[in-house]
Amino acid sequence: MASVVFLASAGGCRRQPDSEAARWESLPPVDARELRSLDMFQRIEDPAQRSRALFLETSRVYLHPRCSNCHPDGDSPYQDSGEMLHNPPVTRGPEDKGVVGMECTGCHQERNLELARVPGAPNWHLAPRSMSWVGKSPRQLCEQLKDPARNGGKTLEQLVEHNAHDKLVAWGWAPGSGRQPAPGTQARFGELVAAWVATGAQCPSEEVRP
Amino acid sequence: MSIRVRVNGVEQELDVDPEMPLLWALRDVLGLTGTKYGCGQALCGACSVHLDGQVVRACVTPIRRADGREVTTIEGLSPDGGHPLQRAWVELGVPQCGFCQSGQLMCAAALLAKKPQPTDADIDQSLAGNLCRCGTYTRIRAAVKKAAGVPDSK
Repeated sequence: MASVVFLASAGGCRRQPDSEAARWESLPPVDARELRSLDMFQRIEDPAQRSRALFLETSRVYLHPRCSNCHPDGDSPYQDSGEMLHNPPVTRGPEDKGVVGMECTGCHQERNLELARVPGAPNWHLAPRSMSWVGKSPRQLCEQLKDPARNGGKTLEQLVEHNAHDKLVAWGWAPGSGRQPAPGTQARFGELVAAWVATGAQCPSEEVRP
Repeated sequence: MSIRVRVNGVEQELDVDPEMPLLWALRDVLGLTGTKYGCGQALCGACSVHLDGQVVRACVTPIRRADGREVTTIEGLSPDGGHPLQRAWVELGVPQCGFCQSGQLMCAAALLAKKPQPTDADIDQSLAGNLCRCGTYTRIRAAVKKAAGVPDSK
């Protein structure tokens, strides 16, 4: 009898990730190509929980192939849907801009080149190894983005500015040549990142996915 | 639009569409046919030339990018074919069909200019974007090392 009581009480106590997932699922659905607007998150009253949900939403951008392909887990970028290494086989080199003879800018220029489908944006380069995030969970990525040793030495305010206005980041929403853009817009992404910071830059639980 | 570009040390003024690929301008306008058209998508390296010393793929380089700058092609690598790489290429009989070789040489020349004593890994990484359908890769690597004065253990 005692064991029945114990099981019943354990079953009645919801684990934190489940409630977090439930909060996430309570948000209005949006098309995979869109980002939820800031006002949709206001229904989550607790700022810390709202912060976690905001990060999950932004993780849909961070972990989208248009962004993560150049934050690889090795020395070569990915391309297309993220399952294929860059062709031709480039390596990051000492400054994350390729090696002599195979510099990123040997092909990638200031803007997309439609005639040969070569993508382009200012300062085309790979994220340094310390900023690798391919294969990471939203929580792992969140913790990394708050760590200046692994986020390019940025404060949270600088992170907001980078995400909202950097021209290479902007390419993710205008990749050209039929490539699937990152969801939403850079402006909305910037708003969501700013709101995440303003609500304490909380990180979601390891198990929760957008 | 008029594009002013210095090609192999000679000033050129080209009245062409600024979006014309540099490769077209070199081959069809200036008659410098040593630079080859392979894939047209920066995937094979046959069209490699130097733009202010940096290797670029001429097939995906609009001529506007070269405006006011210096382009070097295989014809300008040396005045008489005497660049150490060209000599090593001949001594080791590197080419088979030869189509990719000008691109290989231009990439290798940029590598040696920056790394006069390259390792095998340096050579492999820098030439990874230059395809050779005849499979002359081992001779290419040996010739680069020969030109650099690096002993080839293989």
